[in-house]
Amino acid sequence: MINPYINRKYIIGGIVIFILFIYFIKLFAIQVIDDKYKLSAENNSKRIVIKHSARGLIFDRNNKLLVYNEAAYDIMIIPNQIENFDTITLSDILGITQNNINKNIIKARNYSARKPSIFLKQVSAKTYANFQEHIHKYKGFFVQPRTLRKYPMKIASNVLGDVGEVNKKTIEKDNYYKSGDYIGLNGIEKFYEKELRGRKGVELFLVDVHNRIKGSFANGKYDTTSVVGKNITATIDANLQLYGEMLMQNKIGSIVAIEPKSGEILAQISSPTFDPNLLVGRVRSENYQKLVTDTLKPLFNRALMAKYPPGSTFKLINALIGLQDKLISKKTHFGCSNGYHAGGLTVGCHSHKSPLNLLESIQHSCNSYYCNVFRTIVENKDYIKHADAYTHWRNLVVSFGLGNKLGSDFYNEISGFVPKASYYDKVHQTENWKALNIISLAIGQGELGITPLQMANMTATIANKGRYYIPHIVKKIEGRKDINPKYTIHHYTKIDEKHFTDVINGMELVVNGGIGSTARIAKIQDITVCGKTGTAENPHGKDHSIFIAFAPKENPEIALVVFIENGGFGSSWAAPIASLMIEKYLTDTIKRTYLEKRMLDGNLLKSE
Amino acid sequence: MRRNSNILKQIDWVTVFIYILLVFFGWINIYAAVYDDNHQSIFDISQRYGKQLIWIGASLFLIIGIFIINHKFYSFIPFPVYLLTIFMLIFVIIFGREVNGAKSWFEIGSFKFQPAEFAKFATSLVLAKLLSIYNFKIYKFKNIITITALLLIPFILILLQNDTGSALVYVSFIFVLFREGLSGNILLIGLLLIVLFILALFLNVLNLIIGITLLSFIIFWISNRNIKQTLIGVGIFILSGLLIWGITLLFEINLLESLQILLAVLLSSAFYTLWLIRNNLHKTLLIIGFAIISISFVLSVDYIFNNILEKHHQSRINNLLGIEFDPLGAGYNVNQSKIAIGSGGFLGKGFLNGTQTKYNFVPEQSTDFIFCTVGEEWGFIGTSSVLFLFALLLLRLIFLAERQRSAFSRIYGYSVIGILFFHVVINIGMTIGLAPVIGIPLPFFSYGGSSLWSFTILLFIFIKLDAHRMELL
Ligand SMILES: [Zn+2]
Repeated sequence: MINPYINRKYIIGGIVIFILFIYFIKLFAIQVIDDKYKLSAENNSKRIVIKHSARGLIFDRNNKLLVYNEAAYDIMIIPNQIENFDTITLSDILGITQNNINKNIIKARNYSARKPSIFLKQVSAKTYANFQEHIHKYKGFFVQPRTLRKYPMKIASNVLGDVGEVNKKTIEKDNYYKSGDYIGLNGIEKFYEKELRGRKGVELFLVDVHNRIKGSFANGKYDTTSVVGKNITATIDANLQLYGEMLMQNKIGSIVAIEPKSGEILAQISSPTFDPNLLVGRVRSENYQKLVTDTLKPLFNRALMAKYPPGSTFKLINALIGLQDKLISKKTHFGCSNGYHAGGLTVGCHSHKSPLNLLESIQHSCNSYYCNVFRTIVENKDYIKHADAYTHWRNLVVSFGLGNKLGSDFYNEISGFVPKASYYDKVHQTENWKALNIISLAIGQGELGITPLQMANMTATIANKGRYYIPHIVKKIEGRKDINPKYTIHHYTKIDEKHFTDVINGMELVVNGGIGSTARIAKIQDITVCGKTGTAENPHGKDHSIFIAFAPKENPEIALVVFIENGGFGSSWAAPIASLMIEKYLTDTIKRTYLEKRMLDGNLLKSE
Repeated sequence: MRRNSNILKQIDWVTVFIYILLVFFGWINIYAAVYDDNHQSIFDISQRYGKQLIWIGASLFLIIGIFIINHKFYSFIPFPVYLLTIFMLIFVIIFGREVNGAKSWFEIGSFKFQPAEFAKFATSLVLAKLLSIYNFKIYKFKNIITITALLLIPFILILLQNDTGSALVYVSFIFVLFREGLSGNILLIGLLLIVLFILALFLNVLNLIIGITLLSFIIFWISNRNIKQTLIGVGIFILSGLLIWGITLLFEINLLESLQILLAVLLSSAFYTLWLIRNNLHKTLLIIGFAIISISFVLSVDYIFNNILEKHHQSRINNLLGIEFDPLGAGYNVNQSKIAIGSGGFLGKGFLNGTQTKYNFVPEQSTDFIFCTVGEEWGFIGTSSVLFLFALLLLRLIFLAERQRSAFSRIYGYSVIGILFFHVVINIGMTIGLAPVIGIPLPFFSYGGSSLWSFTILLFIFIKLDAHRMELL
């Protein structure tokens, strides 16, 4: 008998073929055509473990340790792997509240249940040791070693800079950095970040669904070892820096000292300062807030970022320009009757002998003398317009490194301000302004804005008789023969070397000229200090006290500026402090302890 | 005597060869799926692949046993085996051990055993025996009842064990019934029910019921081409509806609108039926049946889905239908499974180089999701080879079934085909997101003694029957 339904075998066979063919197509689609599954698979099973490199150490010019690393430990969690645990004991061990424990776990879980995240940042070695003993009770916890900066001398916070977690913007710009990495945020740490950070390594692991490591990825083919950061020798002299910071306590202002023959910054003080250890570890954010809101702005690096009028110290520049343009000579005399009087204008002066020659004008810091010099320069007949003569003057000024960024190895130095002729065109609404309109430039007042670093460099340039190296803070980088060549190239002012002798002689008289010299207080026995006082008028309060100096005269080893906000006369605070700095640097001892004590005790903050 | 000497020649070696390939490839993949560096020996019996090797060895003895036993024996045992299985199924509900929420395992010492696996085999035998009775007419009402009962009893018992996957395998017997003459409409109805099932989950139940009712009237009109009768029908329906509505209002009965409509359909159907007996319209009867069954089905799907199915089943079904998308919820497994298979690419990552399956991103990677290991390590080449092998096996079995002279052998053969096909379609389908995640193994591939043995017994009894096809009538 023939089975009546025999043809149904074709239907059944057809269904089998049809469905399996659909599967065949689908498999082709997900395995061959679609790439998204391959990517997902990689993300699933690869874990990148970063091996952080220790940052390089920083030494001072005498190999004194300024910055080193201290081990700290991040306590990490993988939320998925956490099992019930005793939160009371844990909060005892780690010193955080149970509430914070829960909060941190939730935060980590919100980031990823499977991936490790930081539970508690930067615990100390002691806490770590304690926790390590109990870690078996806390499933899903592990510890990741990190390094934190430590500053044994507690000085130069603004010079060294700080280290903190890298921000989102940087991560987007530079794919070296990943969230949670540390980066130099200021000073040397920032400028030499690439050298100091070394290179972090990565190790790729295969992980299972619980994020447990199952072995190395591709037999370590893509792993890289971490390289420790390079050590850096800074140009600063730690003892001098420390001494300067002590002298500046309870004063607002800045000291910058440069070695003239190299351009190396010997000390750079911005006051008030703070202990750099405050910005390290778990206390960092709290302290940072305090420092940011401090009305005295300790985070503001005055040495590089404050624009001050140079006051009478600027007379030296005008003298040099006058000499260069042959408008004056050493023998040029100008009179002074308690000031400079022209038209309805008076620039006052203190009483001294009159008339004076060039050296005496420096010694006595005569305003009238420099008003005459400056007027001569601006009204120079070689130029059709005063503005052109002014532009010429400005070119010479700028050649001292004023009005532009010097190009030091600090990211945050500013250019300062030496107005262009066009600036006065705008101010006076005419191109035919007169020398008298801008006469305050003669004595370093007016619109001039010079940073302490620029003033120190200007001083070093005078000490060098017209040439300078760009001031810099790093002397040596480990493993490198030379520092950046730009710091070993001479820069020349537009003043001939021969003109400096007279000015330097004048500066010598300022300190060592006996009666009538403005900074006799800065005199040091057996050392010829050349200096110039300055008193910058300050529309907001008491005058700023300024002193620039270098020593010894014949072979200058240190040039510096001391700037004391609201310190009054240059001779009252800036000059003695500068003198003490020089004495400290050149002789390593202070003989004038009475002066030192007076300076250390001086408190200019109270009077406010 | 002649039989014994020739048995080796009579065996269909093509099928046996495909079986060996599948079992071997399965074992290799179980090794890859659970491989870890601490246990590298493929013969390590503390590991799953080592155990699987023992099951495979034991299967050899089973096969030898099957061949030694007289072939006539198999046509005598169906009812006793079936009864024994039913007892075991009941027994396991009472005394069984719960594994993964399903109470379907016997445990005697270290030996575990799952009666549901053998129930398929027993049901196949008993179905073959019943349908092969001389002059058996499948469309007779009494026979339909018997068949339904034979299938439904183990089905329900397995459902009671919480082993939905194994129970659903009984759907595969539709193939057998279809081949043996069950109306093709049954398959269409099955398809219709699936469509309604999906619609019931997608659409508002009330709208769907109204739609079905309207559809019924449209079919009624198309089949009769009689506008007057159609309008009378609609009138009766509306009157019934109003009547029901009035009653609920009058007696303040709180009744769901969908149930009200169902009652209206039932009531009006009663009127039609009375009226139809006079007019003798068979088609109309079918249409009424369609309407009532459809509406009841939709309502029960809705009820079952929302009140009986557990949350994870609900979301699995929803996920399959694309109703919800959550890679970490119910769809997580399927998503991970697709990632594993997809990441294999064309050539695969190579033996033991799979990361997704090995590191547990894929669940149950040595049992239900073994196909992921194939996909990840052997790529499209591997997966299409496995598909090809299964297609070849199924078509070969259809060929073998059709060459049987005995109806018993043929029907049993189709049972085997149906069961294997269902497992393959569901198991591979769920790993690539084309079938719901129902935990059933891939035949010959998945780790597990019970499943390997039951498929082996299932297949080799058929090979044995085939070897004696000339002697059986
Ligand atoms: Zn004067």
